Amino acid sequence: MSEFISGLFRLRRGPWEMLATILIALGVVMLMQPFVLILFTWSFLVTLAGTVMFIIVSHFPE
Amino acid sequence: MSEPLSQRAATATPPVLAHRIRGLSDRAIAWIFVAPTIALLLAVNIFPLIWTIRLSLTNYRSNRPNAPVKWVGLENYQKILHDPDIWNTFQVTAHFLIWTLVLQVLLGFGLAYLINKKFRGNDLWTTIIVLPMMLSPAVVGNFWTFLYQPQIGLFNYVIAFFTGADPSSFSMIGDVGLAPWAIVIVDTWMWTPFVMLICLAGLRSIPPSIYEAAECDRASKWRQFWTITLPMVLPFLMLAVLFRGIENFKMFDLVVQLTGGGPGSTTELTSINLKREAFEKWRTGYASAYAVILFVTVFGLASIYVKALNKVKDR
Repeated sequence: MSEFISGLFRLRRGPWEMLATILIALGVVMLMQPFVLILFTWSFLVTLAGTVMFIIVSHFPE
Repeated sequence: MSEPLSQRAATATPPVLAHRIRGLSDRAIAWIFVAPTIALLLAVNIFPLIWTIRLSLTNYRSNRPNAPVKWVGLENYQKILHDPDIWNTFQVTAHFLIWTLVLQVLLGFGLAYLINKKFRGNDLWTTIIVLPMMLSPAVVGNFWTFLYQPQIGLFNYVIAFFTGADPSSFSMIGDVGLAPWAIVIVDTWMWTPFVMLICLAGLRSIPPSIYEAAECDRASKWRQFWTITLPMVLPFLMLAVLFRGIENFKMFDLVVQLTGGGPGSTTELTSINLKREAFEKWRTGYASAYAVILFVTVFGLASIYVKALNKVKDR
């Protein structure tokens, strides 16, 4: 866990990509869940944030 | 002896052209070769994407091309993301996506595990199993419509044989409760072989020496499966899940052919709903915003897919 956090601070690709992947997956789950409409409403922003983040952080050093 | 091909090509180039090419740097020549592809990519991919994003911010209707176009900002996105009907189509898509993935992974992995064993007729069975995958979705949709017919359909007779129910007492594609399962069954029938092939590639990539070492350590078959087979096939399985997930998220042709989104909107997947908004209601701006939402979702999933693919490649 501490390695993950230090990777985030040192702008390393691995942990940031992991974070972006989690955001994308969360956005997709929010988009398709049948329980709360407000989650559906915000799902697009979460997925978009994750996707844009993924594109940016894939240029970070390993 | 004849001259090598490179020599013949060099002498066949007209001197004027050869002189001109010799004056170009390697980088310039590379750009000349790549330029037509980039131009094509810009024309058929990037330009329509930018145009769609632009349209999604307007109230444009393509059936009224001369009507004034009003800039509405993010209003279309707001409407879509607050619409319970669209939320419902995403839930229908989720039902389709989750069940097809679960069934295809279980059956595909099971079949790959069996096919990986050495037995007579192994190649023949592999060919027979992968046949559905090679058919066109339109053909599959069409003949499954016949199979699902309550009066003459073979599917109803098979179910009736096992359950004792009257074959004409239920309609797979006409019943609100059964129609979502009807499309799941057909997609599973068609695409399980694809998952099987990917799993088979994973199973065949495991070196036999690992199993031999496990045998020496007296590991049971059950333990070998959980500690060797499954962890080593998992990246391949993940790849299959992501690939099928992205494909099924965009599913259109098979379901249109089978149910057309009905009865009611019980099998109306997002892509079918999008097509209705764009080409039946002619709300082009609204449909463009809808398409952008789907695009971002698929693009996000595709990013994860590429990452998983690179991991498999590194193995």
